[in-house]
Amino acid sequence: MAETTKATEPGDATPNVSPLEVADVHSVEEKVAALDAPVERGEPILQVRNLVKHFPLTQGIIVKRHVGAVKAVDGVSFDLYQGETLGIVGESGCGKSTVAKVLMNLEKATAGEVFYKGQDITKLSGRALKAVRRNIQMIFQDPYTSLNPRMTVGDIIGEPFDIHPEVAPKGDRRQRVRELLDVVGLNPEYINRYPHQFSGGQRQRIGIARGLALNPEVIICDEPVSALDVSVQAQVINLMERLQDEFNLSYVFIAHDLSIVRHISDRVGVMYLGRIAEIGSDEQIYEHPTHPYTQALLSAVPVPDPDAREGRERIILTGDVPSPANPPSGCSFRTRCWKAQDKCAEETPLLAVPERFKGVDTPAAHESACHFAEEKDVVHAG
Amino acid sequence: MTIIDQTDAVPAPRDGESTGPLLDVRDLHVEFHTREGVVRAVNGVNYSVNSGETLAVLGESGSGKSVTAQAIMGILDMPPARIPQGEIRFHGRDMLAMSEEERRKIRGARIAMIFQDALSSLNPVLSVGFQLGEMFRVHQGMSRKDAKAKAVELMDRVKIPAAAARVNDYPHQFSGGMRQRIMIAMALALEPDLIIADEPTTALDVTVQAQVMDLLAELQREYRMGLILITHDLGVVADVADKIAVMYAGRIVETAPVHELYKRPAHPYTRGLLDSIPRLDQKGQELYAIKGLPPNLLKVPKGCAFNPRCDRAQDVCRTDVPPLVQVTERDGTALPGRASACHFWKETIHG
Repeated sequence: MAETTKATEPGDATPNVSPLEVADVHSVEEKVAALDAPVERGEPILQVRNLVKHFPLTQGIIVKRHVGAVKAVDGVSFDLYQGETLGIVGESGCGKSTVAKVLMNLEKATAGEVFYKGQDITKLSGRALKAVRRNIQMIFQDPYTSLNPRMTVGDIIGEPFDIHPEVAPKGDRRQRVRELLDVVGLNPEYINRYPHQFSGGQRQRIGIARGLALNPEVIICDEPVSALDVSVQAQVINLMERLQDEFNLSYVFIAHDLSIVRHISDRVGVMYLGRIAEIGSDEQIYEHPTHPYTQALLSAVPVPDPDAREGRERIILTGDVPSPANPPSGCSFRTRCWKAQDKCAEETPLLAVPERFKGVDTPAAHESACHFAEEKDVVHAG
Repeated sequence: MTIIDQTDAVPAPRDGESTGPLLDVRDLHVEFHTREGVVRAVNGVNYSVNSGETLAVLGESGSGKSVTAQAIMGILDMPPARIPQGEIRFHGRDMLAMSEEERRKIRGARIAMIFQDALSSLNPVLSVGFQLGEMFRVHQGMSRKDAKAKAVELMDRVKIPAAAARVNDYPHQFSGGMRQRIMIAMALALEPDLIIADEPTTALDVTVQAQVMDLLAELQREYRMGLILITHDLGVVADVADKIAVMYAGRIVETAPVHELYKRPAHPYTRGLLDSIPRLDQKGQELYAIKGLPPNLLKVPKGCAFNPRCDRAQDVCRTDVPPLVQVTERDGTALPGRASACHFWKETIHG
């Protein structure tokens, strides 16, 4: 743990993590004003530093003894810039959804900071926290369970206005909901219908409309299209891209489908067992991956081109992801890695630009947490 | 109607068996009687599989791909389901005309099925060894002890580490990938001629998906089984299939050998599907999206079911149901194994 923190501490001159500017404000009014201030395009809007989330494991019924912890997120740092999409990929159980929950302040971080416009949101409370919550919204994975079946679409999309009445005065709300329905491509006349009267793709549009209701600046999307049919997926992806341009949104896009993440993201972070294994621009990650896990992950994705099936090299990993309650020592990927050596068990690799690529102008020079990082193109045939 | 019979690379059938297709589905209809009306889930489906061959059935939810498979297995709930017409010929004999007793002998032993969700398909209160052994006890009358030994052998076969130690474990003690391996082991137990895999890897992560698909392909080669792979993932299909049948609203809209389909789709729906998936190896511009939604099977559009979503739709598409016709080259030479149910297939394939 100590070693990873060292590497990702703010101040490391890496393209991923930019220096922190902590806002120097004290009164609640100042804080709220600072949180509502606009951010220039290309400036960091959300800065995550050494985020840790452990879920305690307890034993005993009356006296609960702590017997360990599930290390769901174990030292994650990244920046989200205004107007960009940051993709986060990884297998189930790697902690990507927990990151989303901590960013939303739905789970309390065990350690680490999340700076939104220079203020640590994990330490905010009251009105300042409410202002943050208005500006960071979420779109959920399952459009079937994330909408209340007993509420009409109008009530679902309008509910955020009850909590933040300053966004839309009472008389305007129905009109505002109609506008939102129109924005996401649904007929405004559907305002009095119930969720069960809609298909999966339409429900996801309702979820998106609800996310947009408060004019947020950051939207965290947790697997927004994985429950949808292929032909509908493309519609929702296109809608999300259009909305990003229209409302100048920044997305954190969490998904396990690497093709979709590549399509929508400007930068991509690959997570494994609660840590970021590799992070960089979409071209750096997909065309020039240096971490063996990224290479294995990419080579395992079936490409819809039957001619590529003989030519492509596939790295088939053995075994399963280890339990995050008891992760391997050193590099957490070493148990499944074909490059693993003694060093990997002893020393935790730092997330940094690998020594050999430092100062070299190549797309492979991006942050990768591997002792033996080397470039390998696994996506293209031959 | 055209039936896809042969593709270029069809392996020879197993020794000592008839040369006809292993499974031949002809004009199959399945309907469900519900309170809202009759749902025609399958509307005249034709396909065939030879031994050693992989047929991929591609379609979105509600296209009837799983119902067809369940009809072949004979595990449809009847009622509400009904099979008003059609034939399912297995080794040349129509299974729909067989007695329940005869079908039971085929189910599991000759045709086996792998389901999508391994956790809910396995019994949580019985050990996996017991469930695997059940195949041998029921179909072959083996003793419990022998059956358990066989179960260990099978678990070894599907590469579950420490099989002998884990044979008495329960399903929840296995990871998703391992559970799917147990499902595969169960399907393989009696060395069936045909395996139907219904979305076998949809619930799995990509790295595990690659492991499972690899295993399935290896076992298929070894036992020379026919495989019907039901999926909506165009990537998986490209990796393993020999030929493809694309379904939409209960009909087959296109059939083709795998290489042909991806190169030159002959149906606007297939083309739309291919254009709407993001690619790993290239960063595209805006995705092409098929407009609209899959049809409600209670109210299937008149004419071609795809017409409200189709860019090419003309008046004839709204009135006449297009038959599945042989697809030919520009000069009229027939393309083997290719058929399309579109009035404008010529324009779609030849531009």
